[in-house]
Amino acid sequence: MAVKLSTTVSGTVTGSFSPGPRIVIGLLLIALLLALPFLAYPGFVMKALCFALFACAFNLVLGFVGLLSFGHAAFFGIAAYATGYAAKFWGFTPELAILFGALIGGLLGLIVGWVAIRRQGIYFAMITLAISQMVFFFCIQAGGITGGEDGLQGVPRGKVFGLIDIEDSLAGYYFVLAVFLLCFALIWRIVHSPFGAVLKAIRENEPRAISLGYRVDRFKLLAFTLSAALAGVAGGTKAIAVQLASLTDVQWQMSGEVILMTLLGGVGTLVGPAVGAGLVVSMENYLAESGLPVTTVIGFVFVVCVLAFRRGIVGEFNVWLGRRGSRAKS
Amino acid sequence: MFELLGIPPQALFGQLLLGLINGSFYALLSLGLAVIFGMLNVINFAHGALYMVGAFVAWFLMQYAGIGYWGALVIAPVAVGLLGIVIEKTMLSRLYKLDHLYGLLLTFGIALILEGSFKHEFGVSGQAYPVPTALAGGTNLGFMFLPFYRGWVVLLSVVVCVATWYAIERTRLGSYLRAATENPRLVQAFGINVPVMITLTYGVGVALAGLAGVMAAPIYSVNPLMGSNLIIVVFAVVVIGGMGSIFGAVVSGYLLGLTEGLTKVFFPEASNIVVFIIMVVVLLLRPAGLFGRER
Repeated sequence: MAVKLSTTVSGTVTGSFSPGPRIVIGLLLIALLLALPFLAYPGFVMKALCFALFACAFNLVLGFVGLLSFGHAAFFGIAAYATGYAAKFWGFTPELAILFGALIGGLLGLIVGWVAIRRQGIYFAMITLAISQMVFFFCIQAGGITGGEDGLQGVPRGKVFGLIDIEDSLAGYYFVLAVFLLCFALIWRIVHSPFGAVLKAIRENEPRAISLGYRVDRFKLLAFTLSAALAGVAGGTKAIAVQLASLTDVQWQMSGEVILMTLLGGVGTLVGPAVGAGLVVSMENYLAESGLPVTTVIGFVFVVCVLAFRRGIVGEFNVWLGRRGSRAKS
Repeated sequence: MFELLGIPPQALFGQLLLGLINGSFYALLSLGLAVIFGMLNVINFAHGALYMVGAFVAWFLMQYAGIGYWGALVIAPVAVGLLGIVIEKTMLSRLYKLDHLYGLLLTFGIALILEGSFKHEFGVSGQAYPVPTALAGGTNLGFMFLPFYRGWVVLLSVVVCVATWYAIERTRLGSYLRAATENPRLVQAFGINVPVMITLTYGVGVALAGLAGVMAAPIYSVNPLMGSNLIIVVFAVVVIGGMGSIFGAVVSGYLLGLTEGLTKVFFPEASNIVVFIIMVVVLLLRPAGLFGRER
């Protein structure tokens, strides 16, 4: 049974409208990202961008292969620890430390994926959840590396390529933005490559993809590993940006949060997860100040999204744009 | 006294009893999950939160209504069951036509709402709940000390599990239930109200979680987060037993509780993850779980 999470109600969410508005919107978004540190607190937008990347990476498996992973926090968190450790104790420059984190995240993804892709749907979700819980307990026990309950504190930001100092939060922001745009371009490339087309074919109709001669499991495993590695980049960048890697990053609640970000923004759309991540992080920030119970509100948004808003913000927008486009043509 | 591999028997049997207690809760919770999954095809992520609600209802009854343990043992599961029915009627039933993963996500959201609200109201420190006076104290079995209350928990959970298994596998209502699992439309054509049956199944399934919550209250303190880590272990138990298999859920619940206890004696570092390791091994060797069948 193929899981068609993104297409159950809405048809193809990545709708077919003319490229015109899409380019304009893309340019506007990039301009907005460049100006953002002057509009909001840079430390906060930096964190939001890391989660945006995390959600985009997660969406690669949920939106484009149709696999609901409930364990992506493991890749995010373990990479945060790996990056933090490499930067703090081995003196890695930030970009090397992040690469190291991505490598560790990707390796873990390869192992988890190898076990998990044997099953589909709910089983896949449960297996990834259980394995990520194993990673969580491992991180508690390996206190020598992870700092246990305290986390890995005081991760140095260092100098990119040993040259550019990013201690300053504005420079730090542009570094994070560069990482984000690079990875986003990579995701865009993956989705629009022949490989991405096969992934979407698997999502839509797995038996047919098999009958066409594709080794579905290999495609799934590669997509899962890529997604884990990119989640690793997000986790590593977060460790550098926030200068902390902690147990919160590996906890299963984090896996739930990234699902919410993706769902809220729009499963299977390219920018949706980033939008969702921005909203969720701002909401948490705002709620933490107001003293309202954050978890309750997050849960409430979750329920509303699942019940009434399954296409997400960008999904709804795409449908609206598509409808307008087809009206203009006729 | 004899010694086993250098482990004093007191410690060994103590941990085995602890494992059996944990196993009783695993069995009760995974039983409810399996019943719900069999009928609704939904993995009920809110199960742990509803288990917590059950414990809190018992605590409320004690605190504000003066109703003790024995009353709570009846009232709390009913209350949680009713809450479950409301959840099913107002939210879950809208999602049956969609991918089953939406059910998982919805119940995850509900779990967050419940946990977040209780955490906000009562903090995370936990409330004490006394052991009922009739079951206070314990007895020395010669090789170990057995608190009466813990013996009662094991006994009650076995009785409840056997009764549920009997109701589903051996009674007429259970046969309707199993038939509706196989082919709901055909069963409906025979004049049986399947939607009501689905609602009641969900209610009974979460009532079992509520019951487990009341039973847990005197052992562990009543705490908003008591269900959130337990539930993931229980998920693993259900996967190991074979999703939807009632018998598998119960048996693997007890077995994994005992295994965990044994691991605590011989290799304490791994006691938190042994269940997950077993799950991975089982999935590699028998993808459908120990007692499950492919569907």
